[in-house]
Amino acid sequence: MNTTPGLRISHRYLRVWRRNVVVYRKTWRVSFLPPLLEPLLYILAFGYGLSALVGEVAWRGASVSYVAFIAPALLCIAMMYNSFFETTYGSFVRMYYQKTFDAMLATPLYLEDIIAGEIVWGATKAVIATAIMQAILTLFGLIRYPEGLLILPLSFLAGFAFASIGMFFTAVVKHIDLFNLPIFLFVTPMFLFGGTFFPLETLPGWAQTVAWILPLTHLVELSRAAGFGLLDGALLWHVLYLAVFSALSFPLALVRMRSRLIK
Amino acid sequence: MNYVVEADNLRKTFGAFTAVDGITFRARRGECFGILGPNGAGKTSTIRMIYGFSPLSGGSLRVLGEDVTRRRSLRRAKYRIGVCQQENNLDPELSVLQNLEVFASYFDIAASKAAGKAFELLQFIALENRRDTPIPELSGGLMRRLVLARALINEPDLLILDEPTTGLDPQSRHQLWERLEGLRAGGLSILLTTHYMEEASRLCDRLIIMDHGRILVEGSPRDLIREYAGKDIIEVGEPGEELRAFVRDRGLRHDDLGHRIIIYCDERDRLYRELSGRCGRDGCILRTATLEDVFLKLTGRELRE
Repeated sequence: MNTTPGLRISHRYLRVWRRNVVVYRKTWRVSFLPPLLEPLLYILAFGYGLSALVGEVAWRGASVSYVAFIAPALLCIAMMYNSFFETTYGSFVRMYYQKTFDAMLATPLYLEDIIAGEIVWGATKAVIATAIMQAILTLFGLIRYPEGLLILPLSFLAGFAFASIGMFFTAVVKHIDLFNLPIFLFVTPMFLFGGTFFPLETLPGWAQTVAWILPLTHLVELSRAAGFGLLDGALLWHVLYLAVFSALSFPLALVRMRSRLIK
Repeated sequence: MNYVVEADNLRKTFGAFTAVDGITFRARRGECFGILGPNGAGKTSTIRMIYGFSPLSGGSLRVLGEDVTRRRSLRRAKYRIGVCQQENNLDPELSVLQNLEVFASYFDIAASKAAGKAFELLQFIALENRRDTPIPELSGGLMRRLVLARALINEPDLLILDEPTTGLDPQSRHQLWERLEGLRAGGLSILLTTHYMEEASRLCDRLIIMDHGRILVEGSPRDLIREYAGKDIIEVGEPGEELRAFVRDRGLRHDDLGHRIIIYCDERDRLYRELSGRCGRDGCILRTATLEDVFLKLTGRELRE
């Protein structure tokens, strides 16, 4: 008797994606600023401030300046923040306060199209932010090419993964303030301990193990390898990790969203 | 196909709570069909199943000839339905015009065609000069008109309105009614829920009154009034014992509300003259029976949550 749709997504998810593009284009001048300015601030603070204390950092046998060490990680943090915050706060506001999803559900769109459109939009925001930041970092000679070009497709994959898990949290939190919980327990630890600002090896063994469970650590490893031009086959394991993480969190987000909204 | 909605033994349950308890009705092509009822009667649950927002818990439902329990047919039906939901869920991040254009894209309407249609609809709701206005700057009445325009963007075969004038001032309400009457005159099939009886009398060709998930009565407003309330109503304020005895002795159809007696009658002038002599200091009022009398008679006068 009940309609029991599977995870069937139609091309219509692009309509939802496009709605977000239309809104983004209204404020793009403001939206462009953070990814443009953030790397400059980081380079100023860490490159000129902290570098004096840290000096060179050893990474996979090479010795690199501290600024060069954190530059690829800054891109990864931007990927995570842009996608995760889009499908948590952004999607929650659209779903809960603006009732945008309700309005969409009265059209030929199904919930699966809406959620997929939102998640792909989150991934798109990660790509946009990465591209802008990477252009700035490139001006400082911090990214090596052509390998560095791989960071862009990587930003989509990473954005998709973080947007999916963000959408899962949006489906389960009762109130917008509760996003503090996944941010405090999930996002911030990754930001600090994901091999971003210091090499993982400086952590105790158990902490390293924990770090490798989290997606950002794998992403930073990939981004750094591409940014430094040090590619090898073992990196595919990290890609696989992100792909599996996405393949699990995307349907999870859909299922939980359906049980939240379809009444 | 003569019906836009065919509901048979339609049910909706939420856990142990039954919102819609096996209702059967038909809405005909080209008519305005009303679903009336107090809060919690099951109106919105019914209408949400019709536009594909909620899955059915039981029974069968065809909308525009499509079996909406099947995903593909439901999608086909959704292309041909326009919906004004209860809340003003316009997209506040988009302008007036963009709200129509983006919504058109959800129906796969090409951008060039959508622009023309959007402008036409803005003229219809007299908002063509405010096409770039941000939504939060619109008044409640204008928002409601824009919601109506948005529901018409796909040139629907069925327009569904869930309490379209709730919360509007009288001016805005009449503005909206005029437009809905225009659409009805143009042959559009309309499905309407409301708890304004004036609205239902004015717009609906036929209606059902629901309560507790069931249909109490079905018919045209005029027939329902005639059958359940008679032609006229005499209301007596602060009735005395003498008057009560008179009403009882004459076997008049009435509701005794304590401070007020409502008498349903068909031979107005004679009875009114007889009664007015017996009325207390608050006097009595003779008026035409309305749908509201039917509604209150059938669904009771106690408050709903």
